Amino acid sequence: MSTTITDLPNQTQANDLNNLKPEKSDLGLIRPDHSKNVFVDWLTTVDHKKIGIMYGAMALFFLLVGGLEALIIRTQLAVPENDFISAQRYNQLFTMHGTTMIFLAIMPLNAAFFNFLVPLQIGARDVAFPRINAFSLWSFVAGALVINFGWALQALEAFGLFTAKGPTAGMNDFVPAMGWFGYAPITDKEFTGAGTDFWIMGLQILGVASLSASFNFIVTIINMRAPGLKMMRLPVFTWMTLIVSLLIIFAFPAITIALAQLMFDRVFGTNFFSVAGGGQPILWQHLFWIFGHPEVYILVLPAMGIVSEVLPTFSKKPLFGYSIVVFSGAVIGFLGFAVWSHHMFTTGLGKIATAAFSLLTMAIAVPTGVKIFNWVGTLWGGRIRFQAPMIFALGFVWMFMMGGFSGIMHSSAPADAQQQDSYFVIAHFHYVAIGGILLAIISGIYYWLPKMIGKMWQGSLNIWVAILTVVGLNITFFPMHFLGLLGMPRRTHTYLAGFGWETYNMVCTIGSYILGLGVLLLVVDIVRCFRSKEAAGNDPWDARTLEWATTSPPQVYNFAQTPVVNARDALWADKYGPEERKLGSVDESHGIHMPSQSWMPLVASCGFIPLGLGLSLMQAGVPFSGYAAILGLVIITVGVALWALEGPGGYHLHPQKKA
Amino acid sequence: MSQAASHDDGHHNLMVNNKKLIMWLFLGSDCMFFGTLISTHLIYRKLYPNEFEPTSLFSLELTSFSTFILLMSSFLMALSVSAMHKGEMRSFRRNVIGVIFFGLIFLGCQVYEFTHFIHEGLTLSTGTFGSTFYLMTGTHGVHVAIGVFWLISMLFYSQSGKMEAHKNAIDVEVAGLYWHFVDIVWIVIFTVVYLIEFIG
Repeated sequence: MSTTITDLPNQTQANDLNNLKPEKSDLGLIRPDHSKNVFVDWLTTVDHKKIGIMYGAMALFFLLVGGLEALIIRTQLAVPENDFISAQRYNQLFTMHGTTMIFLAIMPLNAAFFNFLVPLQIGARDVAFPRINAFSLWSFVAGALVINFGWALQALEAFGLFTAKGPTAGMNDFVPAMGWFGYAPITDKEFTGAGTDFWIMGLQILGVASLSASFNFIVTIINMRAPGLKMMRLPVFTWMTLIVSLLIIFAFPAITIALAQLMFDRVFGTNFFSVAGGGQPILWQHLFWIFGHPEVYILVLPAMGIVSEVLPTFSKKPLFGYSIVVFSGAVIGFLGFAVWSHHMFTTGLGKIATAAFSLLTMAIAVPTGVKIFNWVGTLWGGRIRFQAPMIFALGFVWMFMMGGFSGIMHSSAPADAQQQDSYFVIAHFHYVAIGGILLAIISGIYYWLPKMIGKMWQGSLNIWVAILTVVGLNITFFPMHFLGLLGMPRRTHTYLAGFGWETYNMVCTIGSYILGLGVLLLVVDIVRCFRSKEAAGNDPWDARTLEWATTSPPQVYNFAQTPVVNARDALWADKYGPEERKLGSVDESHGIHMPSQSWMPLVASCGFIPLGLGLSLMQAGVPFSGYAAILGLVIITVGVALWALEGPGGYHLHPQKKA
Repeated sequence: MSQAASHDDGHHNLMVNNKKLIMWLFLGSDCMFFGTLISTHLIYRKLYPNEFEPTSLFSLELTSFSTFILLMSSFLMALSVSAMHKGEMRSFRRNVIGVIFFGLIFLGCQVYEFTHFIHEGLTLSTGTFGSTFYLMTGTHGVHVAIGVFWLISMLFYSQSGKMEAHKNAIDVEVAGLYWHFVDIVWIVIFTVVYLIEFIG
């Protein structure tokens, strides 16, 4: 076990968090460092670990919201000609279910892991730009509020406390109801109300959050690695974070511009997508999927990273074919930009384009298959321990493969023409999203939560979570393959009896409740872990990577001394490897430099709320909403200016040697 | 603060400053922003070749003039970065004032152009040409305006006496990267949106 980087250097001029004086910025403002007030501390934090935990908490909340929306949808579809909810409400629910799960649950859950783990895995004190990191978190929260604001208006409207005037009057439509893809021309202001505007502005703000976080992580991973940690020694999860961040910075601009064009169409009467003025709705599809297909890999690559960490740890073997796993991740990311039109086979692209996109889509199966074989190769001959993270990781490999198989079926354009817009597609991407991504994320939660909070899991509830989620997702989504091939279309509020769909739909609905129960038990288990009395210790799983070398939970400065890495699985080599592979440490007797906390990221992000809501409500004819938008812009500008002027700040810690 | 600033934490594996690296990444991403805008414009231009006749409206003389001004502002920007590296604050300030002045001339030309075009009947709602033209050139104009705002802030900051070559040269360099990029984007727009229309 490494002693050098967890034991603290002996310091004579020892001062600690309690007797440091608050820093004054260049402006004379006092930085909110070392606040005793827990709210001030968390609201102004720039610590990547606290930011990661907040990302995770918000994302889990939205996972439950999105799950609840799904259960209402399934309840409506349980029996033919059901009238549990209205058709309009149904449209709102499937739109918000998709949007919530993708942008407010899975992406921020991935971001939670990025934030918490990447600096620890690369032996850094924090990310490269701690305040930008806080800004990403708070603008994510602002975007989530804007996108969900319609629910509040819808509730007020239902009680007769709010009515819309202006162009959308009488449309009763404050919640987005046009699908998460927002196809033109249904997003035109003739057809949908303020809900579409909330969706546009909310996604735009979430885009700012994702982009700024991605710039930050790329710089962090490229530039802040501990000495000796070469690129090909990085943990696979960090590699996948790097690739995903690159995908985000090159894919998000397409949707940002498309959303801006759509906003101009709705607010200022331009003709980008409005058919009357010559706009081409197909352009929206292209721009959306140029973003939308890389987005699929933005969601799934971190899951592959998590599994590539968990499988070696619980097989007691290094990852089989490390370099080829990293390389196939990069190939998947690269090819991800060249297959967007496979979402549009039925729009009539022409034979050449269809054939090319079909071929490229099939090509993606190759690096994906390579990864699966490497995971299986990792298990082969390993000493496998069936502990909770491992169970979910194994579930991932199997269930993700199922989703992959139906994905290959879609890549054939003639087959896709039959499956387009049917429940077969729903079955496919839910096997990827739940069977793949969600299981991997649960695996990650079971693996890393002890590191995050320093407490160990209790009891065997995790077995029940595993059984209920895996069984539930199969009962829910496997019959949907048949439903789709029997011709049941997506996004239909209800259906008539007599098509042979009744039994399948009932089974799907029962399955969805089982799945819901599984996710609920996961939350219960997490709460129990927080209340657990058993300390996790530094390395409860006998793991391989650097984050397990420090304390659980890690100190604010992560490592008392910056580690020097001499091997790929740095901690494993330190525990069991030869002398020359063990961890070293950098002498830091001048103390550890910590960034100062700041209000400014929070202030600047708060400006997005009046900006987003104001621009959205202008359409609904709400008075003064234009002024609210201007106010938002002013807040953002002032926040950014003060942010620049207050400077990075910072203080030095001199941790004392532990007794 | 001074104690903290004296050790910039950590080393840089790539030997590139973090601020410079993040600006390069932003510019890479910004290429995609402008790529989307410009390709939208070109797609609609090809789809509706007769919808609008831009040569009747474009003033090649005016736009060439503002393009030249923007190019020269990049030259002055390079001079101010170099002055900052050498710690010559007077020269830095003079050159930055020049960049700001030229940037404002460019923005003035654009405002004049927009009002003139709208007066002549090309509005945001004029078919697809008006939509794509104004959103694309407008986004570029906003980039220039942000750059001007950024440089003005730097100018004021340099008056406060807190700006030092060893500490802030990298900030000026990053602003310079941004400014040159915005300039290059304009050269692309000037070529594929303005000049091409006058061929043949």
